[in-house]
Amino acid sequence: MLARATTFAIDGLASRRVTVEVDLRSGLPAFTIVGRGDAAVRESRERVHAALLNSGFAFPQRRITVNLAPAHLRKVGPGFDLATACGLLAASEQVPARNVDRWAVFGELSLSGELRHCRGVLAVAHGARRAGIEGLILPRVCAREAALVEGLVVAGASTLVEVASILRGGRVPDLPPVDLTAADQGDPDEQPDLSDLRGHASPIRALTIAAAGAHNLLLSGPPGTGKTMLARRLPSILPPLTRAEAIDVTGIHSVAGQLPEGGSLVRRRPLRAPHHTISSSGLVGGGTLPSPGEASLAHHGVLFLDELSEFSRSALEALRQPLEDGVVAIVRGQRTVTFPTRFQLVASTNPCPCGMAGSPRCRCSEGDMSRHRRKLSGPLLDRVDLLVHMQRPRADELGASALTTSQDVRAAVFEARERQAARLRGTGLLTNAALTPRHIRDLVHVDACGMSCLQRSYERGDLSARGHQRVLRVARTIADLAGSDGVAASHINEALGLRQHDILEGALAA
Amino acid sequence: MSACDRCLRRTALVASLAGHIERARRNHRHISELLGLSDESLVSALAGERRGEIERRHASFDADAARDQIDAAALHPICRHDAGYPPQLAQGADAPAVLHVAGDPGRLQALRHADTPAVAIVGARRAGHEGLEIARGLGRGLAAAGVTVVSGMALGIDSAAHAGALQVGGPTLSVLASGADVPYPASKRTLYRALLQTDAVVSEMPPGFQPLRWCFPARNRTIAGLASLTIVVEATERSGSLITAELAQDLGRAVGAVPGSVLAPRTAGSNALLRDGALVIRHAQDALDEVLGIGVSTALAGRASDELQGPLRELLLRVENGSATVDDLANTPAEAQDALAGLSELELLGFLRRGPAGRYVRCA
Repeated sequence: MLARATTFAIDGLASRRVTVEVDLRSGLPAFTIVGRGDAAVRESRERVHAALLNSGFAFPQRRITVNLAPAHLRKVGPGFDLATACGLLAASEQVPARNVDRWAVFGELSLSGELRHCRGVLAVAHGARRAGIEGLILPRVCAREAALVEGLVVAGASTLVEVASILRGGRVPDLPPVDLTAADQGDPDEQPDLSDLRGHASPIRALTIAAAGAHNLLLSGPPGTGKTMLARRLPSILPPLTRAEAIDVTGIHSVAGQLPEGGSLVRRRPLRAPHHTISSSGLVGGGTLPSPGEASLAHHGVLFLDELSEFSRSALEALRQPLEDGVVAIVRGQRTVTFPTRFQLVASTNPCPCGMAGSPRCRCSEGDMSRHRRKLSGPLLDRVDLLVHMQRPRADELGASALTTSQDVRAAVFEARERQAARLRGTGLLTNAALTPRHIRDLVHVDACGMSCLQRSYERGDLSARGHQRVLRVARTIADLAGSDGVAASHINEALGLRQHDILEGALAA
Repeated sequence: MSACDRCLRRTALVASLAGHIERARRNHRHISELLGLSDESLVSALAGERRGEIERRHASFDADAARDQIDAAALHPICRHDAGYPPQLAQGADAPAVLHVAGDPGRLQALRHADTPAVAIVGARRAGHEGLEIARGLGRGLAAAGVTVVSGMALGIDSAAHAGALQVGGPTLSVLASGADVPYPASKRTLYRALLQTDAVVSEMPPGFQPLRWCFPARNRTIAGLASLTIVVEATERSGSLITAELAQDLGRAVGAVPGSVLAPRTAGSNALLRDGALVIRHAQDALDEVLGIGVSTALAGRASDELQGPLRELLLRVENGSATVDDLANTPAEAQDALAGLSELELLGFLRRGPAGRYVRCA
């Protein structure tokens, strides 16, 4: 007796159709699963066995062979449990086999026959839709996530018994109601807000500029001055995710197993803050079956690297391609998987090894300083447009009221983004941070006075050629925030004040 | 411009005895006393067991090979018997036998004339950014008036003084403890290259020589000997810069110091010099008045705040009164925007310089 069930295997951010063939024949009772499964797939036999019996079904006392086709594809994880169980039910004629063909099934079984949450549901739903399958049966907690894919009947079941009833032609249960208390339901009031800060007038201004132009940002300051606090408030002033962006983000988080149970669309811009001991594959993605890293989890959001100089060289080097191209390609064996990585980078650092630079308490020598600078510099800082120095708020500021709220800043950011989008229409770019030298030449119009400021700064040796481009990009954003079509001297001057200390600057100026 | 065989042999002897001199230094022997000895007494005083070997090598010294080596390192040797040797340096018995010049030897020869004097600027390696700015300003002001700025290319004050002089195209002269072809400290190689391009680096040690600790006080005696005025910018109470000041005093040269806070340990040494009667140096003009005569040359003045009007002037006054960062100057993001633009403008106009940690300091 042979039966088939359809399910999907996660492959990068997409999924591939897998046919589960179940063959029953007479012989000594045995249960074998073939088709390049990992340990979780092998162990699936025990779960399926127990789940069938505990749900009141018969477990066929025959020689059972399960094949996961195509056989060359590696299959990882417990998501094949449900398909194996359905195949067995069909093969032993406990549910009608032709009904099983109409559905794709996906999910992990518990020994009691309950269906458990699985990662990658959104990718599976997309796969089912593309394969032209009518409906998808999966754990009820994942149903809302799968329902994001339009044109697919999504049936959420909590137990194997419910699945069998659907397969016998029973009623498809309604989707579970949206759980508004779930963490991902993007309630803006719950986000950390700029109104939590005291003082920090200039860092808030710089954060506004960074948000408006999607510029990468480096925060420098002694420990405990609020660098992390400021960085965590960047998502609150970014424009909300569009639906397409939200689906991208949800898909990545789903595959990485980062979605909370019962969650649906991620509506909040993600903020990822990996610890500095992270490996390069943790940062950009990897593993034998490549899964997305922190850079991809921060896609359309913010990647915050606290204590930049503590990150390993290899991890920072690995970020170069993702920063440059917005995607990372991971090659494993004969396969290449690409993950999107369009994030905004915020990094923080101490100004010097002791953290007290600029104050008389600093005991770092010039050598310490240049070592520190060398550790920071390199490919990553080439992509950082803004440098902000932070200091402790003054005593009178601690008691004062907040300078601004995220809501006010968000409005200004939103307007600046719209100006950019209008100007950049047709170039394929969205923000000033992405401007190439050619775009800067064509689209950034600086008045004569501003030009002479920039020139003077360049001639003084304050700027490298690349720093020159960075200042122009930032000045364009400042002008956008001011609602100005041209870039004036005051915009250039403010951008100059936010420039990085170029290596050039340290060398001759002693 | 050349070096005689005897002086080259002397240089080779000092280099080969470098380890012995170092040991003598640890036994509290006086370096300039040792360097004042004749070849024979130096060997007998220091060489110990290796005396025979060193004397043999000394006797069979090949001056042409040494000259070839100097040529290969692109150095110009000037010995005490050469007319180009600065006479003010030749005063002491311990004066360097040969000065190896990398870069433009004309910078050293110019010091022979009384109307083109040299001023040494020395100070702490770990200097505050205000001290660095003062040193840079002194270097700039003195060099612009044609006075050669002599220093040792060390980290901190020394390099800042050179950098200031280079900003106005010199003249400046760097005296190294290593060979003149060895940038020491290595982290200053960018500055070294800039010095070679327009100015000069000198050393009494042969090419390729890596310095030992005694070489630094020895180098300081050359700095003090070349300069008619030695200015200490920032020095703690145990700073090597005070040795330079002492050597200058022993030679009967003027010593000056830049006053600093009486509370800060980093200026305790320089303040003590002032207490002992050193000249008070506030800016380049004070130094120029001392070496050229009062009113002979007017220093390139730093820009005065009364050149400005309106908000920029107000902003500058606030920075001068100790508000060093944007956050000190602004209470709201909108104010921060104006303050930052204003500070950049003042920086471009040459009133301010942006130091570490976003602190702005008034240009000297």
